[in-house]
Amino acid sequence: MANRIAPPLAPKHLTRRRVLQTTLYSAGLAVGQRLFTGFPAVHAAEPVMLNIAGTGVNQYQQIAAKAKEDLGVTIQYTSLVSDDVVKRAATQPTSFDLLDSEYWMLAKIIPTGNMRGMDVRRITNYERIVPIFTKGTLPDGRAVARQGTAPIKVSYLPEEFAKTFAAEPTQWMTLIPTVYNADTLGIRPDVIGRSIEHWHELLNAEFRGKAAILNIPSIGIMDAAMVAESTGTITYGDKGNMTKEEIDKTIALLIEAKKQGQFRAFWKEFNESVNLMAAGEVVIQSMWSPAVTKVRQMGVPCIYQPLKEGYRAWAAGLGIPRHVTGTKLDVCYEFINWYLSGWVGAFLNRQGYYTAVLETAQAHMTADEWGYWMEGKPAQGDIVSPTGDKIESAGAIRDGGSFWTRMGSVACWNSVMDEDRYMVRKWNEFIAA
Amino acid sequence: MRSRLNPYLQVAPLTVVLAGFFVLPIVIVIMVSFFDYQTYQLLIPAFTLQNYIDVFSSSVTYRTYLITLRFCATVWAITLLLGFTLAYFLAFHIRTLRWQLVLFLLCTIPFWTSIVIRMIAWIPLLGRQGVVNTVLHGLGLRDTPLEWLLYSEFAVIVGYVHLYTLCMMVPIFNAMMRIDRAVIEAAVDSGASEWQTLCHVIVPLCKAGMTIGSIFVLAVVMGDFVTIDVLGGGQIASVGKAIMTELSYLQFPPAAANAMVLLMVVVCMIVLLLRIVDVRKEL
Repeated sequence: MANRIAPPLAPKHLTRRRVLQTTLYSAGLAVGQRLFTGFPAVHAAEPVMLNIAGTGVNQYQQIAAKAKEDLGVTIQYTSLVSDDVVKRAATQPTSFDLLDSEYWMLAKIIPTGNMRGMDVRRITNYERIVPIFTKGTLPDGRAVARQGTAPIKVSYLPEEFAKTFAAEPTQWMTLIPTVYNADTLGIRPDVIGRSIEHWHELLNAEFRGKAAILNIPSIGIMDAAMVAESTGTITYGDKGNMTKEEIDKTIALLIEAKKQGQFRAFWKEFNESVNLMAAGEVVIQSMWSPAVTKVRQMGVPCIYQPLKEGYRAWAAGLGIPRHVTGTKLDVCYEFINWYLSGWVGAFLNRQGYYTAVLETAQAHMTADEWGYWMEGKPAQGDIVSPTGDKIESAGAIRDGGSFWTRMGSVACWNSVMDEDRYMVRKWNEFIAA
Repeated sequence: MRSRLNPYLQVAPLTVVLAGFFVLPIVIVIMVSFFDYQTYQLLIPAFTLQNYIDVFSSSVTYRTYLITLRFCATVWAITLLLGFTLAYFLAFHIRTLRWQLVLFLLCTIPFWTSIVIRMIAWIPLLGRQGVVNTVLHGLGLRDTPLEWLLYSEFAVIVGYVHLYTLCMMVPIFNAMMRIDRAVIEAAVDSGASEWQTLCHVIVPLCKAGMTIGSIFVLAVVMGDFVTIDVLGGGQIASVGKAIMTELSYLQFPPAAANAMVLLMVVVCMIVLLLRIVDVRKEL
């Protein structure tokens, strides 16, 4: 996942009553938080600013405003495409106070020694973080797929300032998870008119000239691997860490499809995928969840199709760079604890993402919202986005069903391969073919 | 003494600016192009030819350059023809300076918006359900939409021509305005037709303008990675795009090597052009 630019949000239906409600509610919440979770009130002393660098995926102004209100902390976002996040963390770590990074990036960032391990004893809700990140399992004990950069592989450091990852959970965590999701193909059910169940449909001749794939090599090649595995032509040891031979075969498959005119376009940016789908250029393509929502908001039918082979998942989290110390470090911990305390979780859940601590988020959502977004139940009433736009009417069911069904069907995780250098060269061959 | 120093003082500011913002970066890029790199260590000072060997030993390089050069040739020919015709019309067929100015400004209108907007504007026009296809369908001329209109080499060429014709037109227009009208009068008085005047008087006198315009267009098209991506649907390779991909994977040394090769190719093209036309003499 990269360039995941969040759709612009405007508070469209900001009525006076609503403002009052929110204010009262958040005031109550603020008091509650201080009473019960005992946040240290560092912010009272002086105005503090946190500069968060990361992809645009969860950089919402609403979260910044709420943080200001609850914590007195001014949040400043630096929005970067994911490749630039890595670049920034590796070359200019002092330019931010908190890094909003994806887990796969860590393989490139941690060896630079620019980040610090976070002390899990200072994370209030640490014990309640979804075990995908802390144990590598689902809450019912089933193991989560380990292909690619599964978060558990890079979640812990052996010591605070280590440059390598720990095999077992330790006291030092690299990232505290914020958002994650399971990606699949988006389709136009109205044009296709039949059920789509497998990844290999992306290369089905039926959709010649009407398919698209994303042109971010490390993710595009994994979607291609899902397709290749599904056709049965290639088997992989680890789709997230292919051998040279596996890369060659995958690229050969893509080149053949391209030469036959299978692809209408390759997209790189969130909005490009929305336009391709909404304008009818493409009927089946790699897509990200909020892009599907956006197409639907435009009145065009679009499904985020669950497939038999499973999902390609990604996850992001907040990390603290090495240079942050003293009061600022305390504020970082305070902000992270606040992030996990529920309001943000509910906000992100309503965007269709998943959040790290489920219980606290649930407390901030209505039963109907929780049922629709997390449990795969039919909506009882209208489902409304955090900005007040209606997303679904009563009776609608989320594509792919409940949290456990979706996250339980993850087949691989976004990753950086050992053969990264070779893969990028081969990908350029595919683009030039 | 002072008068001897004067010329040096006069060129000093430009020299400093060029040294700081042009020569120095190029030197750094040259240095980096010989560096080694690994996934976890971006720049390893070394002297290796591996990056250049990679560039020249890959068939992708040649294929990519071929595609880019083909675009260059096509776009150059179209913009030259269009730019020359437009400039000719403005310079010789519009009689008053005021109208020349008004029409000239009209030509610059597309430049009032950003390059991205000008590019993206083609998408709803050329798309499968775009204006052109809708009209063709409405007139009963076609049942199925024309697929090659968008996300194709055609679309990329349309984009380039739209974006860069003015770059060709302006220097040619400028050259035409500087032609002494008496020369043309003399040609007409000697019995030359308009066509003969054009071929034997105006074209030779506009060579410098055409060369400058060509340099603009060739340099921009050779290095482009945005237009080709947006209008080509990401499916067409260009040298600039290959460099971009390497940069985004933090592979700085091979990107630098690729950039140096591109720079050399463009410099060679410009030197060749300047060999054919002595711009300095013509100005």
